[in-house]
Amino acid sequence: MKTPILHYGIDLLVALCVLLWLSACGSVPPQVAQDALRGTGNLGLVIERADGRGQIVDNSTRQSLATVPGLGDLSHASVVFSRDGRYAYVFGRDGGLTKVDLLLARIDKRVMQAGNSIGGAISQDGRLVVAQNYAPGGIKAFDAQTLELLADVPADYGDQGQRSKVVGLADLAGNRFAYALFDAGEIRITDLSDPKHPRTQRFPAGRQPYDALVTPDGRYYIAGLFGEDGLALLDTWQPEQGSRKILSGYGRGQEPLPVFKMPHLRGWAIAGGRAYLPAIGRHEVLVVDTTTWQEVGRIPVKSQPVFVMARPDGRQIWVNFAFPDNGWVQVIDPLTQQVTSTLQPGKAVLHMEFTPKGEQVWISARDDHKVLVLDTATRQVLQELPASSPSGIFFTHRAQRMGF
Amino acid sequence: MFRVFALFALLSILSWTPIQAAEPGLQPSPGRRQALIHMVIQDCGSCHGLTLKGGLGPALLPADLADKDVPGLVATIHQGRPGTAMPPFKSLLSEAEAAWIVEQLRQGFPRDQGERP
Ligand code: HEC
Repeated sequence: MKTPILHYGIDLLVALCVLLWLSACGSVPPQVAQDALRGTGNLGLVIERADGRGQIVDNSTRQSLATVPGLGDLSHASVVFSRDGRYAYVFGRDGGLTKVDLLLARIDKRVMQAGNSIGGAISQDGRLVVAQNYAPGGIKAFDAQTLELLADVPADYGDQGQRSKVVGLADLAGNRFAYALFDAGEIRITDLSDPKHPRTQRFPAGRQPYDALVTPDGRYYIAGLFGEDGLALLDTWQPEQGSRKILSGYGRGQEPLPVFKMPHLRGWAIAGGRAYLPAIGRHEVLVVDTTTWQEVGRIPVKSQPVFVMARPDGRQIWVNFAFPDNGWVQVIDPLTQQVTSTLQPGKAVLHMEFTPKGEQVWISARDDHKVLVLDTATRQVLQELPASSPSGIFFTHRAQRMGF
Repeated sequence: MFRVFALFALLSILSWTPIQAAEPGLQPSPGRRQALIHMVIQDCGSCHGLTLKGGLGPALLPADLADKDVPGLVATIHQGRPGTAMPPFKSLLSEAEAAWIVEQLRQGFPRDQGERP
């Protein structure tokens, strides 16, 4: 029984370090220092995108605990978590991949892995962190512990050695990853169960997939298409059946409205057996039945939706909008399929994140330089936290979900 | 005369928002310039990158635009490029403002000083 003791010893050492570090750091509230041994289930990272920093926050006490600088160019930053909720992997636009230790509030490791990156995912077993890149187009897999490069899978297509921008990367069962190729119009699944020998399957999907999501059970992969009216659906339990179109022609041949920001599909918008999806070039949320994949409704909203996110219990759907209507947020009731609240929480709302069970939602208001915490039942603001140009807000409970 | 008046009335109606179109042919006012700079960095930046080094849309740094046709770039911003993800901005800015943005992009884009003075 040597190992547990050793572990215990290391844990103590870590706790001691935390204690030392906390007492040495004036910006940390004193009550945190007193109980330096803590869990990570209520921690999160708020991206301060213009400054390349992240704020570590506690979503129980609604406090900012510390700031971690040096994360690079964070326009379009995204974050995944190690499954113990201790480490945040931050993917920066400049191709930087940074492993942030949330307990010690510092960078644990950082690598530059591409010229232009858009996000990433973590494998089912938590051992692989995978980045999706625009340039050079493809995905790369890293050891989650060391950030050592394990696999480089180019998104090559055509016969002239072209490489496509990769969007919509999502983890699937069996350490597989699904993603879409913006320039090549394909969905691909790469099996990284043996990272030294990645195996990739290709599925024609439709014109210009711009982002994608996987259903909470990890079964269906849905890619939004910018270049045509419709979405591509792939059943990852039966990938050999190929991808098929759903909601084809939802624009009904009408001239599309300008899309000033691409919607994000990541984040579940699946509630009560229905998926709620942003239309492209139409100010509507499309509703589709998740057993038949037929359209069952469409909900008119304020502007071009960007995030359409179901509260974890599915009882509310929150929607934010593209520039220049990004000061608005609307809430949809899935029972009546109608907008029940129209809010103006702040200027330039870029992201929303629910607490693990959804009693609160954190909203970043970039041009107000603050993060607002709202009660989802009353829509009242409970707290405002100062943050410099905040964009993404990411809580550690993502670690336990597929597709996050 | 009436048209000038109508334009004026329209501009004053729109003047509550920082994203309003200036009268064609005029250089944007300092306040409006700041709003345009903020828009380009933050909101064009969602596709072209906050540092304009490219994203879904191509890089817009001076070296990238040096050999490109200026009126074509102005038209791209104002009218968009059909069939691509580049949207038309004509509902949010005038052609003169698009030309001013192209000029700034070609010189090296100014730093964002926030949404308004
Ligand atoms: C929704 C995404 C998106 C937004 C927002 C966007 N662009 Fe673009 N832009 C693109 C894409 C994609 C292209 C490339 C089009 C093509 O394939 O020809 C492009 C092309 C351009 C070009 C031509 C570049 C060249 O090398 O020919 C210019 C200039 C440009 N955009 C400026 C802007 C400006 C200024 C703004 C903000 C006012 C803006 N864009 C906002 C996606 C976007």
